[in-house]
Amino acid sequence: MTELAPHRGYTDRLAASIEGTAGAAGAESAEGTVPFQRCDDCRAAVFYPRTLCPACGSTRLSWSRSAGLGTVYSASVLSPRDGLPYPVVLVDLDEGFRMMSTVVGVPADEVRIGTRVRARVEPDGPRVVFTVLAAEGDDEEEA
Amino acid sequence: MNGPDLRGAAAIVGVAESDLGEVGPDRYAVDLAAQAAAAALAEAGLSTRDVDGLFCAIAGRGMAPLDVAEYLGVRPRYTDGTMVGGSSFVSHLYHAALAIAAGACEVALIVYGSTARSDSGRGRLAMGPPELPSYEAAYRPRMPITGYALAAARHMHQYGTTRAHLAEVAVAARRWAMLNPKAFARDPLTVEDVLAARIVSSPLSTLDCCLVTDGGGAVVVTGADRARDLPRPPVYLLGAGEAHWHRSISQMPDLTVTAATDSSARAYAMAKVGPADVDVVQLYDAFTINTVMFLEDLGFCAKGEGGDFVSGGRIAPGGALPVNTNGGGLSYCHPGMYGIFTLIEAARQLRGEAGDRQRPGATIALAHGNGGQFSSQVTAILGTEQSL
Repeated sequence: MTELAPHRGYTDRLAASIEGTAGAAGAESAEGTVPFQRCDDCRAAVFYPRTLCPACGSTRLSWSRSAGLGTVYSASVLSPRDGLPYPVVLVDLDEGFRMMSTVVGVPADEVRIGTRVRARVEPDGPRVVFTVLAAEGDDEEEA
Repeated sequence: MNGPDLRGAAAIVGVAESDLGEVGPDRYAVDLAAQAAAAALAEAGLSTRDVDGLFCAIAGRGMAPLDVAEYLGVRPRYTDGTMVGGSSFVSHLYHAALAIAAGACEVALIVYGSTARSDSGRGRLAMGPPELPSYEAAYRPRMPITGYALAAARHMHQYGTTRAHLAEVAVAARRWAMLNPKAFARDPLTVEDVLAARIVSSPLSTLDCCLVTDGGGAVVVTGADRARDLPRPPVYLLGAGEAHWHRSISQMPDLTVTAATDSSARAYAMAKVGPADVDVVQLYDAFTINTVMFLEDLGFCAKGEGGDFVSGGRIAPGGALPVNTNGGGLSYCHPGMYGIFTLIEAARQLRGEAGDRQRPGATIALAHGNGGQFSSQVTAILGTEQSL
């Protein structure tokens, strides 16, 4: 079913992910997964959330969850005069949608196009950020 | 899918800029729009009393046509406030030709003003009503530059384009600006200067970015028959096309291909010409990557070859293809929505009025507007009487 304010659906589901990881029983325990919509009629992945499918015009959209695995499609490092450099990236999720995000846990200028990344939900926002997949298991579990 | 046939139906009969650069805190966008309108109408041998079609967009003014019509004292019977960012005015030219051909108006005034530079000294205007909340803000992109930077990074990754290629664009623009007394930035510039400049949003440096200036512009358009009776040689609209596929950069299907592929195909089809027939190109260079990607998408070189194409001075003074002969948004003037200046310079080139930067014997010019983050693309092809 479509919802009145899909962007709220997105942020609410992200927030639920954070609660889920905190151990709330029965919550959508889904660390690292990204809420998105799929069109019931043409099966297109839809992101950002909408009330209508931009691929076919259907209003029958259902929430789904990405496994959070994707590939960096493009990256730009911003260098503010008064702060640390940080990357802004576009990530192609394996389910077939693209989102803007950032990559954490590696120096900003080491984020490369084509790198495999995994999503993580941060309370800040809440927002989805990505870590470099290859680094997982060793030093990736930073604060 | 044939578009309308407007080839030669309407012509530009007057063009003008307002004061450019930094006009100071006592003048506002509408003042500059009106100053440009008066000059363009005077050049056309017309006055505000002749204007019955008004086409205008001003950043931050949702009812810009009402502001401008009231200020000028015109009472249009046809009004178009299409606001697609910097491409708006090329779109207005297309729409004006349609309206004139349909009999909806006879004398169209396309007009723009901005005090983007002077505004920084008097505090920001209040923001408008909230837009759809964007999840993107949490990642702190600096828009619009980060949008273009992401496209540049992808183009470099996919095609081997380099920062030196981008620097060639900035240097060519500056060399043209040095020939244009009205240009804002006229100091010599080298590829090394651009490569050494501070990176703002990689791979783009401060010198890959357009200026922030004040400025206004106006273009007067009328039917071909009336145009022939007016003082200046008519500059005919031969073809026009528009296209947009996205608004935000994360929704752009392929960051290396813009909707200029569609807008230019439509314009060339209507004009019955191709890129090889174009003598001079004016395109919206908000960032150096724009020039590279637009030259590809407008058909002047193959996809991925734009970096090599702009090298070796090919688009600079004396090169094979003059591009942005006024110095462009990079070195001449950029008040936020530059598109109208592509039309003004194209018209001057076709009238042979471009002074030291004149392309001798130019008969066909291409003007291309860009809006948003490589979002809205509008192409117009203009020609002299001889081109009809």
